[in-house]
Amino acid sequence: MTAPPAATPPHLSGHHPFPHHHLLGIGELHPHEIAWLLDEAEGWIAVNRARRKHDDRLAGLTLINAFFENSTRTLLSFEIAGKRLGADVVNMGVGSSSVKKGETLLDTALTLNAMHPDMLVIRHASSGAVQLIAEKVDCPVLNAGDGRHEHPTQALLDALTIRRRKSGIDGLTVAICGDILHSRVARSNFQLLGSMGAKVRAVAPPTLLASDLDRLGVETFTDMDAGLDGADVVMMLRLQRERMSGGYVPSPREYFHYYGLTRARLAACKPDVLVMHPGPMNRGVEIDSAVADDITRSGVTEQVEMGVAVRMACLDVLTRSRRGVAGW
Amino acid sequence: MVIHFTNARLVDATRDAPGALLIVDRQIAWVGAGEVPSHACTVDCGGRMLAPALIDGGVFSADAPACLAGGIASVVLMPDGSPPLDEPALIEFARAHVKPHIWVHPLAAATRALAGAELAEIGLCKAAGAVGVATGRTAIADAGVMFRLLQYASAFDMVVVSHAENASLVGDAVATEGEFATRMGLPAAPAFAEAMAVARDLRLAEAAGARLHFRQVTTAESLDLIRTAKARGQRVTCGVTPAHFLLNEQAVSGYRTFARVSPPLRHEDDRKAVIEALADGTIDVIASGHDPRSQEDKRLPFADAEPGMVGAETLLALSATLVRDERVSWCGLLAMLAANPARIFGLPGGRLDAGAPADLIMVDAGAPWRIDADRLQATAGNTPFDGLPTQGRVLMTIKGGEVLWEL
Repeated sequence: MTAPPAATPPHLSGHHPFPHHHLLGIGELHPHEIAWLLDEAEGWIAVNRARRKHDDRLAGLTLINAFFENSTRTLLSFEIAGKRLGADVVNMGVGSSSVKKGETLLDTALTLNAMHPDMLVIRHASSGAVQLIAEKVDCPVLNAGDGRHEHPTQALLDALTIRRRKSGIDGLTVAICGDILHSRVARSNFQLLGSMGAKVRAVAPPTLLASDLDRLGVETFTDMDAGLDGADVVMMLRLQRERMSGGYVPSPREYFHYYGLTRARLAACKPDVLVMHPGPMNRGVEIDSAVADDITRSGVTEQVEMGVAVRMACLDVLTRSRRGVAGW
Repeated sequence: MVIHFTNARLVDATRDAPGALLIVDRQIAWVGAGEVPSHACTVDCGGRMLAPALIDGGVFSADAPACLAGGIASVVLMPDGSPPLDEPALIEFARAHVKPHIWVHPLAAATRALAGAELAEIGLCKAAGAVGVATGRTAIADAGVMFRLLQYASAFDMVVVSHAENASLVGDAVATEGEFATRMGLPAAPAFAEAMAVARDLRLAEAAGARLHFRQVTTAESLDLIRTAKARGQRVTCGVTPAHFLLNEQAVSGYRTFARVSPPLRHEDDRKAVIEALADGTIDVIASGHDPRSQEDKRLPFADAEPGMVGAETLLALSATLVRDERVSWCGLLAMLAANPARIFGLPGGRLDAGAPADLIMVDAGAPWRIDADRLQATAGNTPFDGLPTQGRVLMTIKGGEVLWEL
């Protein structure tokens, strides 16, 4: 498994560009590693736009997407990323898993491990669950979302979208709005954008804010207009249906009235503001259709496109050691 | 059996002096100096500590091997069994089933099936041997039910052991709200959920004229409430487990489920407040909260894992850190580990007195050892203190005049 010494090792100022076996969270990455990953992802965009979208570098490797929580978009994105790299991609959804039959998570993990996957992509509804599995399996593990904790590839694809639209992240003001409390996307983005030099704001009603966000370097706003004032990027978060009707906010109508992103509200932002949403959008709840469909400002479809590129980069990088790539 | 302990350092809640001690059959005959029958066996303590066997003021499992190895001869058993101890026959069974190894003093479930709705037969449970009544792992959410419980229990002079967490604020939380829980993405409840429960129960107990004991009090704010209530003369006592004065919430990093306890580990300021409260006597009891958990309960994502840790064997050594840090004396520690729980629950023992039960431990107070989860006597190894070097070891545990454990 040890790779021969490389003629020109891919070193960044004497350091390995990505010294991680797994990708479990943004919290474990340094800013230069994030920037390097984004550069890698950048290279896959052209491949995805070409007519023949294929690269066989992962040929013969098995990628298992084990999703213990429902997902359509992220699962599809990982499946496409794996297939375009030539891997044998197998999806295990919550419906088909033995978890329903009472098997423990670790038994499921050991079962998957015994099938000798070369890469596991895991989503789970509990914070820390992906790390728990990563400790018990032999192959690299990629966190596709664990509870409220982290969703690193989402933050990376958001960063890539911002970097391409705004030619950089440093110094930007990014307002992340909506259900911060339950959002792993928000937590990963706070860390990523903060470490890359952006000024990050959290905008939400107090019932949907997490505590002590100032300790994460995030400024909090409960007034949407104040939170959007002068923003370069507005990132809307999805509000789950079960939280709309009295649990955390009184009604979708009232939520939209005070925290929905409308054209009028966008006027407070910079004129060239970029609007983002991790999807799927609740039109008329957190975002107005006119804003969502405004192609000059909305980066929503570009986020989806960057998602595939980022995931291809992550799958490539995390399997380099197994594939015996020189220097890895 | 007549045993003459010589050359001992006799320590209990009120004494710390060299001397000898004689036990005859199941009782302490004299302490200090006295007449020695010719047929007595002599045990030379070599200057080591001879103390009353510990009385664990709150366990979830009567785990005799672990208790004896930890110097515990009596346990106060929480009612959270399967089934919960909510009727007299179950109380009788709980008292009897580990005889003769340790004394088990069960607490009766406050409500049927611990559901928090209907009062259990606590009077009949008392007649069957229950030493108090407890709300279990959770608080009774309904203030009306709690009030009636306190009123009813006062008629039987039974202490009510309450779990101090406001149930509706806690919800499905597994951590204390703050920066750390936010970073970890764990469902969290504010620390003041404990103070709210303490304030409510103090007021209700005062109105009902009931004796109240909080099994675990872990925040500065709720300790202040108890300090004030005690100063007013209210009959309230409280306890804590070593986890809350030795660990803070950071012990959970890496999603270590062995550090998942209830109430959850707190901020560093609260941990320090617990130590202050141990030093100034606000906290009466250090209990182990002994709760062996199988792999199936703990090898899970953090929020899905069951709370609880084993603690019987490590109770004395972990508590002794307070003595080494000069926050309490050995006398103060033996009060919290033996005399106070005996007083609160009306149990014999807990002191070195003539006529007291011959439940004793010999301790090498300076002996260094390392906690090794795999080598514990407990039925499971779920301790967050695995690998911790510690000091103070039980060399011998005597219960009812019999040596039941020796290192």
